[in-house]
Amino acid sequence: MDRTVAIDVSRLCKTYDTHKAVDDLSFQVYAGEIFGLLGPNGAGKSTTLRTLITLLHPTSGTATIMGYDSVREADKVRTVIGYVPQERAIDRFLTGREHLQLLGALYHLSKEEATKRIRELLTLVELEAHADRPAKTYSGGMKRKLDIACGLLPDPKILFLDEPTLGLDVQSRLRIWEYVRMLKARGMTVVMTTNYLDEADQLCDRLAIIDGGKIKTMGSPVELKIALGGDIVSLTLKELDRIPALETELKRQPAITSVRTTTKGLDIRVESPEKALPTILESANRLNCSVEFIQYNRPRLDDVFIAHTGRAITESIPEAESA
Amino acid sequence: MEHYWQEISALTMRWVRRLSREKFSMLFTLVQPMLFWLIFFGNLFQRAADTQVMQAPNYISFLAAGVVVMTVLNNGLAGGVDLLFDKENGFLERLMSTPIHRTSVILSRFIFVMAITSMQVLVILGVSYLFGVEPATGILGVAMILVIGMMFGVGLTAISMAMAFSVKSHGDFFSVLGFLSLPMIFLSSALVPLTAMPGWMSFLAQFNPMTWAIDAVRPLILSGWSEALPHVGMVIIVMLIFDALCLYGGAKAFRRAMG
Repeated sequence: MDRTVAIDVSRLCKTYDTHKAVDDLSFQVYAGEIFGLLGPNGAGKSTTLRTLITLLHPTSGTATIMGYDSVREADKVRTVIGYVPQERAIDRFLTGREHLQLLGALYHLSKEEATKRIRELLTLVELEAHADRPAKTYSGGMKRKLDIACGLLPDPKILFLDEPTLGLDVQSRLRIWEYVRMLKARGMTVVMTTNYLDEADQLCDRLAIIDGGKIKTMGSPVELKIALGGDIVSLTLKELDRIPALETELKRQPAITSVRTTTKGLDIRVESPEKALPTILESANRLNCSVEFIQYNRPRLDDVFIAHTGRAITESIPEAESA
Repeated sequence: MEHYWQEISALTMRWVRRLSREKFSMLFTLVQPMLFWLIFFGNLFQRAADTQVMQAPNYISFLAAGVVVMTVLNNGLAGGVDLLFDKENGFLERLMSTPIHRTSVILSRFIFVMAITSMQVLVILGVSYLFGVEPATGILGVAMILVIGMMFGVGLTAISMAMAFSVKSHGDFFSVLGFLSLPMIFLSSALVPLTAMPGWMSFLAQFNPMTWAIDAVRPLILSGWSEALPHVGMVIIVMLIFDALCLYGGAKAFRRAMG
């Protein structure tokens, strides 16, 4: 499929002293998609994002946003992007409306244009009723909504969201997801960082898994899961000493891709569960293995993450890699 | 150019709004602690201070110039605090991701700090007037005092902003601030003339730009133009050098933080 490239990142590196925060990153973001940078804290997501929004200069490599170079044409880049920072970047003493008015002036909007857009945005994020209260009286979810309204004020071609739902309650989280989907429906390109797997899975059209400053894998959530090689059947056995025998037996079956021993049984990767399940149960019966529990899972993004980084996203980065 | 002006006025308006939202803080900003130096310290040492040494009719009239410049010092050194908080909570990043001229945020801060400082200096001169200190050079002299204050303030604010952009945490910032401010005051002619200081202190005080500022403001209040003009000329040269150095350092720190 031929698609317009909105962002083109080529061999991007960012080094702090001796630490490579971003190490030879290349990827493209297509116009109109939601692109996710997924990875644990310190993986290099935010550094990448800050480079794209012109706040950091790359050590080497380039980033082109809507055809503009992020360093040489930073001014042009800034006119086509909106940014929602990770921190609640809110001035507690200003009201919601004053935040938007300030940004209106910084994007050089006329008074009439600004007033019109501010009214629309306040309606969109449901803050009209609170628009003239100082932001220090806002709840976490309301602050986030104001953050997003601020990011949308310039009517950007590309919206950058840094950890959009970090620390939010479930309801606010779902609300933010709704906004993001709606923006995509309006044709906006969205680039977001996240360390929530479910968020990446639910929201992103395509995502890059980043770890230690490098892209480990990239694709749509479905593609990434399929690439792992099928679904997983987990068996829990009553007699643990029978596990090796069953493992050997199952490895011989053509319907089964791979078998891995776990503490209480086996994780069996299969192409098609319809064909494999009877085979598995039959073998277990024949070897007199009584099955205590059987579970069948489609691969989750967690599995993708573990397969490509060698650990779960919640596990901290080993010292050797982060240093 | 029109855009530049739109940005700077909107950003300056933000500082004004912030101040006006904090009613107490606004009150204390105008009636700030410096006034206590003038009222309490000035009156307290009225008889302890030797007018012969001070070369002034009374201690409070001597002290007025010092308090004016101390106000400039404290405001200038604290001028970067708000940018420090903006940096820490990400607001600065949000501002810098918009297509504004890179200097707009900083310029708005300079304008705001200078405006507030000028108002405070006027309050101090007003209170001094109530204690019988009438500036010998009149309105024009007061205007000159404001110019000197602003020239000193620009450099100090630049130092403060440079620190705000460079420090790791705001704890560091306030430690350095507290460490800097008092020695600057004691090692200057704010409280006693250089001639009355121990030799080593008066030696060090000569290198303090604050001394130069006070030595120009003091004759503007006490003596008159003929005595003040050579000092005014001198302080303008000193301040031009001081500001150039501070602005250079500030620009470097800013570029490092934003690059």
